Amino acid sequence: MSRLTIEASTPLCLLQDAGRFGVRHLGVTQGGAADWSSMSWGNWLLGNALDLPVIEITLGGFAVVAQEDCLLALAGADLGAQIDGQALAPWRSFKLGKGQTLKFTQPLLGARAYLAAPGGFDAPQVLGSSATVVREELGGLDGMGLPLTKGATLSYRGAVLQVREVPLAHRPDLRLNAPLDLVLGAQIGQFSGQSLFDVFNSPWTLDSRADRMGIRLLGKALQYQGRPMISEGIPLGAVQVPPDGQPIVLLNDRQTIGGYPRLGALTPLALARLAQCLPGAQVRFRPVVQEVAHREHVEYLQRFIIS
Amino acid sequence: MSPRIEVVALDCLMLRLFDEIAESNMPWMLAASERLRAVFGAQLIDLVPSYTTLMVHYELTALSPSQARELIAEALIDLAPNARTGGQCHVLPVWYDLSVGPELSLLAQRSGLAVQEVILRHSAREYQVFALGFAPGFAFMGLVEEILAAPRLDTPRKKVAAGSVGIAERQTAAYPVVSPGGWNLIGRTPAKLFDRHRDGYSLMQPGDTVRFEAVSHAEFINLGGDDTPLEALA
Repeated sequence: MSRLTIEASTPLCLLQDAGRFGVRHLGVTQGGAADWSSMSWGNWLLGNALDLPVIEITLGGFAVVAQEDCLLALAGADLGAQIDGQALAPWRSFKLGKGQTLKFTQPLLGARAYLAAPGGFDAPQVLGSSATVVREELGGLDGMGLPLTKGATLSYRGAVLQVREVPLAHRPDLRLNAPLDLVLGAQIGQFSGQSLFDVFNSPWTLDSRADRMGIRLLGKALQYQGRPMISEGIPLGAVQVPPDGQPIVLLNDRQTIGGYPRLGALTPLALARLAQCLPGAQVRFRPVVQEVAHREHVEYLQRFIIS
Repeated sequence: MSPRIEVVALDCLMLRLFDEIAESNMPWMLAASERLRAVFGAQLIDLVPSYTTLMVHYELTALSPSQARELIAEALIDLAPNARTGGQCHVLPVWYDLSVGPELSLLAQRSGLAVQEVILRHSAREYQVFALGFAPGFAFMGLVEEILAAPRLDTPRKKVAAGSVGIAERQTAAYPVVSPGGWNLIGRTPAKLFDRHRDGYSLMQPGDTVRFEAVSHAEFINLGGDDTPLEALA
């Protein structure tokens, strides 16, 4: 077993995996890594199953000291990671010698970094997952939904000898300013014509009111003209529009049912990119139909296999 | 019933069965739920039932959207309401008291009934569990008598105690864990509504029926209830 001691942490540093499934009908949210793609690449670098427990570090403020010689992997945002003061770029596995400190300083590119370990970090499974959902008191190191704290010990049992990198062609480009693909949902036709134009032809600014439940976007006020809705299931990435007309994109820790009309839902890749954006960033939407989005996504998943 | 299949997300479809909330929806909803679980089998990731809809989240590497639609259509063939009264009937003990249910007086005022009458009427009916959501094990139940209906609070409380029983419009519910909330609180139950060590986790499931039973403070404490007044939580 290899161990790391947490020297610094914040309430935004959480143990995550792919999330909790098969329990949504009980009101239990999904949880899991907000940028599932980076989590998957982190695990891929170590030859892990892609959904094993990783550390999600949002914005920085996290540091660990190795208790043994370790080989770990880093994917996702560049949060100014350093090993004993030496810069460490993401999208690679790396060695962390006994006594060395790995520290995340500040966001240089993107918002969420993923630290992976051979065989995944040890954590109890609660309702089928280790994903930390603070609000539901589920998951994490102790199973009770607590964020990672200073002084706690992370451990893992796997071993990998070779360092490797994610091939350049496969690295998600966090600088990319391409529009976010939005699968059109059932209520799309009940927004005003002007609103439909505005959704896809004007920029949307990320509000500072953003967490793992949802990200508010600021822009032109959208107008829903349909009947009030009865609460119904909400998918990951749903773009809902409350009465103030400002959309909210729902993330992993969203409530399971809700009654606001929706434009549709972001594709998983678009959502992963949004999860890497900081408040103040601007995004645009591009409409996509379900069949095409599905085909493109299945093609993307192939890359984890052929790389 | 006029079933429709709607696009929700890349790997989710919505089966919409009704347009209004009604107790008579439930046998159909339960039947559709069972059939969907059967036809999707291992390709079903999650099925999220609500008042009038069932959201189907399926395995996207195994099914294309059109294949998933076909499966939903298959589940609807000869669908008949589930006549089974297999839903469990729960009796939830409630300590109705102003210290843990401050809106008892508001509801009395609105309805023109005495507080004791509000309690009697809330605990007289058998309610149906329409859906679970908001928090693990949070069951939306109804319908409460029209005279007890009240809109949510203008400003939700930051902290509502676990076990708090409330009313919003014609629905009633109990909060499984401490959480923010805007329902009109009328009492508190000692029942453990969500337990990770229990089979099925949630005490109540859609299709179950629930009756509230007024208990004294002493009984409430005996049953393991926490009588910390609401103000002390804020």
